[in-house]
Amino acid sequence: MIDHLDLLESHAIFILREVVAECERPVLLFSGGKDSAVLLHLAAKAFAPQALPFPVMHIDTGQNFPEVLEYRDRAVESIGARLVVAKVQDSIDQGKVVDPGPMGSRNRLQTVTLLDAITDNGFDAAFGGARRDEDKARAKERILSFRDAFGQWDPRQQRPELWQLYQGKVNPGEHLRAFPLSDWTELDIWQYIEREAMDLPSIYFAHERDVVLRDGMWLAVGPFVEPAPGEKVERLTVRFRTVGDANCTGAVLSNAATLAEIIDEVAIANVSERGATRADDRFSETAMEDRKREGYF
Amino acid sequence: MKPVHKDLLRLATVGSVDDGKSTLIGRLLVDTRQLFDDQLDAVAAASEKRGVGDLDLSFVTDGLRAEREQGITIDVAYRYATTPTRKFIIADCPGHVQYTRNMATGASTADLALVVLNVEHGLKEQSRRHLCIAALLGVRSIVVAVNKMDEVNWSESAYLSVVDELETLAKELGFESVISIPVSALLGDNVVDPSPNTPWYTGPTVLHALETSDAGSWTTTNRGARLPIQWVLRQPGGGRTYAGMLNGSSLHVGDKVTLLPANIETTVGAINSGSGPLDEAHAGLSIDVDLAAETDAGRGDLIATAPLPTVTKEFTATICWFGENPLQVGQRLRLKHTTKVTPVRVSALTGVVDIATLSVDETSGLSTNEIGLATLQTADSLAVDDYRDNRVTGSFVLIDAVTNATVAAGMVGRAAFL
Repeated sequence: MIDHLDLLESHAIFILREVVAECERPVLLFSGGKDSAVLLHLAAKAFAPQALPFPVMHIDTGQNFPEVLEYRDRAVESIGARLVVAKVQDSIDQGKVVDPGPMGSRNRLQTVTLLDAITDNGFDAAFGGARRDEDKARAKERILSFRDAFGQWDPRQQRPELWQLYQGKVNPGEHLRAFPLSDWTELDIWQYIEREAMDLPSIYFAHERDVVLRDGMWLAVGPFVEPAPGEKVERLTVRFRTVGDANCTGAVLSNAATLAEIIDEVAIANVSERGATRADDRFSETAMEDRKREGYF
Repeated sequence: MKPVHKDLLRLATVGSVDDGKSTLIGRLLVDTRQLFDDQLDAVAAASEKRGVGDLDLSFVTDGLRAEREQGITIDVAYRYATTPTRKFIIADCPGHVQYTRNMATGASTADLALVVLNVEHGLKEQSRRHLCIAALLGVRSIVVAVNKMDEVNWSESAYLSVVDELETLAKELGFESVISIPVSALLGDNVVDPSPNTPWYTGPTVLHALETSDAGSWTTTNRGARLPIQWVLRQPGGGRTYAGMLNGSSLHVGDKVTLLPANIETTVGAINSGSGPLDEAHAGLSIDVDLAAETDAGRGDLIATAPLPTVTKEFTATICWFGENPLQVGQRLRLKHTTKVTPVRVSALTGVVDIATLSVDETSGLSTNEIGLATLQTADSLAVDDYRDNRVTGSFVLIDAVTNATVAAGMVGRAAFL
């Protein structure tokens, strides 16, 4: 009998190799979060001892946690990958999207930057670290998810995807999103990170930080979150369960400072990681589906 | 908590629309506490908004806007569950005939099918179609939830008449393990906890049946090791290793293997995996191997141990057609088999399956969602197994050469019941 982490690892490596074999110009989307960290780690394994046969791309909203940017550069360098950075600020400067202001969310604007970067670089496949257990729309998406020339996902017209016959051919202008971690759960990700002794951004581990409570979420006070009148700044021991933009990713109160402690915490959590920490998923019942239709990650 | 090693069961729901597949999965997930508080709150809020009661359990998996508006499942939802004894990957499949392609997607990788039947309706044509497709796809074990028992006042005779009908069909279709259970997915009877309303039933609950099923993994057989080459890795010093995901039987260092279709006999020199070198690799592992013979093997070739597959450019197959226009004799498409893509031509259409009677009738074309028998000619030689011997090397998809759409699922050979 094979350990379930070995099965998940094997399946992800299989998908990575299939897409690279069938597509002309793949790219790996890398946010510096734990899922994309696992994805990059698996990609390096899939093609070792050769170099990574595709670049790594960060869609930079300009509202990052500095610890995550440091980690991004460290991770990409240690694997020897080529990094492409596509900046939401450039899309704003070119007048393609409206600047929501220094405190406003740039989450939704990323889609324009992402689609432009895919077109400009001629990428025909983009690997992402999305997992089906994250959200009910993601639970419906194929492992190889077809996008039309406008980057749209059509949940009613997905390609049949039987057995392990991942079919990656697209016509010029169209592209694929490929999700090798589709079948991984949050707990699987942490168990794998522990097993592989992987490096991660420090903000995943418990630390002291100035935070304010806003809409039921603890936001880190910093350049993208200023306390509003009436909001009380508190110094608390927190960690981040997901990594997104600094102004819409909440911290959780936690003393988990090691991977073993995080695994214990995740195993008994009673709130989902997105429910606990992501303002961007709270807009509506189908916030993720709506963004995916537009071409989001 | 230390991660406990658990084995994995992949299951797919099977059955007609409105018989309660999504509600049963919702019930299973809620009653085994797989849902987070905020997910449960979101289901409750969506139920209220759409005026369908306090908690519409089908909303646990029916996550798309259109699905919730129409109260149906359009595409497969994948959910993950862990109980003290097992890990589960659950594919909740749509029941509508027009979404058969999505049901086949979910069932193609299932070790077990969870069949849901409405006790008041028994085996509708769509239930028969799904059971037939599950059987064709190689599922050997089924757990049958005879649902909506609360609506027939927990009548044992109503239950038994559905079970009777089901067991006759299951026998015909060749399922090896059939467990029927009277349930109410809505109320939870016999789903996770035994029901006080069915004192005449002494069998397992749905959860217990799933936890104790001995259905094996769909990629594992004892009919030879198969390693379709995905990628050639160049090693420092000039050597090459051949990478792919192993299926069928285990592969060992020193095993005599044949490289196909070239038919070159050699031995396995070394096996590497994501966790380092191995002496023995099990089906399901991504590995790369070093072969003793100097070869020019590449993507699309197959490394196999005995009993060897057949190398051929023409074979008969069972086809589930998903294309919008009928499949016809003479049609040219592309075929993907393991890691190889080759042009293909339909040289004969032997028949179409009548779902009601399982007879094979003459036909001039296969319409959308029909199942038929065909003879295919490929441009390149393929190393194929009969689908019943190996679900990886016995399966293929057909691809429209212009749109790249996947238009058919194919299985080499012909099921015994056809």
